[in-house]
Amino acid sequence: MAEKVLMKGNEAVAEAAIMAGCRHFFGYPITPQTELAAYMAKRMPKLGGTYLQAESEIAAINMVYGASAAGVRAMTSSSSPGLSLKSEGLSYLAGSDLPAVVVNIQRGGPGLGGIRPSQADYFHATRSTGHGDFHLIVLAPNTVQEMFDLTIEAFELADKYRVTAMVLGDGMLGQVMEPVDISRAGNITTFAKDWALTGTQGKRSKNIVNSLYLEAEELEMLNLKRYEKYAEVGKYARTDSYLTEDAEVIVVAYGICARIAKNAVNGARKKGVKAGLIRPITLWPFPKKQMKAAAATAKAFVVVEMSMGQMVEDVELSIRCSRPVILCSRTGGMVPTDEAVISAIMEADRTERS
Amino acid sequence: MSASRVTIFAGHYGSGKTNVAVNYALWLRFSHPKVMIADLDIVNPYFRTKDSAEKLQAAGIKLISSDTANSNVDAPSVPGEINSIFDNTEWYSVIDVGGDDRGAYALGRYHEKFLQDSVSSFLVVNMYRPLSRDVEATLEIMREIETAARLKFTGMINNSNLGPDTTPADIINSIPYAEEISRETKLPVVMTSVIRSLAAELEASIPNLFPIDVEEYVWQKSQK
Repeated sequence: MAEKVLMKGNEAVAEAAIMAGCRHFFGYPITPQTELAAYMAKRMPKLGGTYLQAESEIAAINMVYGASAAGVRAMTSSSSPGLSLKSEGLSYLAGSDLPAVVVNIQRGGPGLGGIRPSQADYFHATRSTGHGDFHLIVLAPNTVQEMFDLTIEAFELADKYRVTAMVLGDGMLGQVMEPVDISRAGNITTFAKDWALTGTQGKRSKNIVNSLYLEAEELEMLNLKRYEKYAEVGKYARTDSYLTEDAEVIVVAYGICARIAKNAVNGARKKGVKAGLIRPITLWPFPKKQMKAAAATAKAFVVVEMSMGQMVEDVELSIRCSRPVILCSRTGGMVPTDEAVISAIMEADRTERS
Repeated sequence: MSASRVTIFAGHYGSGKTNVAVNYALWLRFSHPKVMIADLDIVNPYFRTKDSAEKLQAAGIKLISSDTANSNVDAPSVPGEINSIFDNTEWYSVIDVGGDDRGAYALGRYHEKFLQDSVSSFLVVNMYRPLSRDVEATLEIMREIETAARLKFTGMINNSNLGPDTTPADIINSIPYAEEISRETKLPVVMTSVIRSLAAELEASIPNLFPIDVEEYVWQKSQK
């Protein structure tokens, strides 16, 4: 059997989850994510695992809640409209400090939108995935290999911090086929779950999984404690950099846009502009420090994303608006061209150093 | 390689049916003035025959494709124009079927028509796909497709590849896999399809080598 296999992004996420020890998948089909569920449907029964097509997205996320409370690695996946439906469940998972992995293979929105690729759920993933004070860890792969690697990492991070980790892809990453080295899944880290509802056997006091608190003081204390945990997770912020050392124009892009942006950086360099790329791999925590450090030497930023401009706000916040930030974006399922990104880089290069 | 009037390409999801079918249609066009290719995919909303529309049009090949292919409409529909395959018997036709048994269901409807015609139906295989990595799994998929499509395969195409990472050794290593499937099914390996850049190196060692060109998308450029 080959070490390398040719996989769709959706299949890579599914196989990685299985290799990470996930045996409980609850989902509901939606394009362009469906192959993920279809792959699970084929593989799980052969492994003695559970593939369950729920009656709705809302049911699926609450099944994840139940499975996670019982201490097993559980996941669900969907595409944009499905994530809106899962929002309530994600808030309950956070309120109960339950680990889970959720995948969003984004499509055009709002509403039913379309089935072409999009990144317009950035705010939903990093700001308002549900009601209340909470965060998800949001990982943004840009190759099928990373879809595989970061899914494994998502399970590990979720268990380590007892949070939901989201793998945020887009329709293109879900559908495209690329070679994947699956032997990288050799070492999977697992965590003891002494909080899980596994039965006391009469040997310990009972565990309780709950998100309802009758006393405001108690709820406030819990939220404060949870945010101490988030502060620790913040250290985990991660980027990939390309030609940033001498860059005067910094392009910031994640996922599929980062691949286009990389081509554009090369194109701009050929035209004599010192451009570089910062690709956030974690969208929450957002790599603020890396942006701030880049602002010390760069004169302007270009943000490339497939939305009306969402991550651009995080870039501006991170550098305290100290440099001009130009948005180069397409929306509704359209993908930016490298020519458009090169034009934006040239425009940024014309700005005066402040 | 002599061509039947109708050639069907089916196989496991992601085995490379569309790429092979488009290249086969282009190859057919060299020897036949009237060639059409029909996209019968009712499964996959991305990466369709339509992606090669310009190339096909330039070669003078007629493309039959759903109006909703590559659009925002996720409607698993088959264009009525497919019937022109059976009405215009002076045309050579290539049919690109959707993946797995799910995709092959769309073929079953034309069962009676195929019985009355000169038809080749090729199973496209890729041993580097995760769910068809061994012979047994591939044969299971083949039987599922045959049942759904109400059609027996007449040949197989070894399209084993790792996308941009494919090396000549990867192709060579897939030969025993293809041969074993061929032995088990009694289906001839009608071609081993490889990306054109590797063809020269493999020509001497592989019979029936079929060089193909693939579509390149904006975000795939120079990522190696």
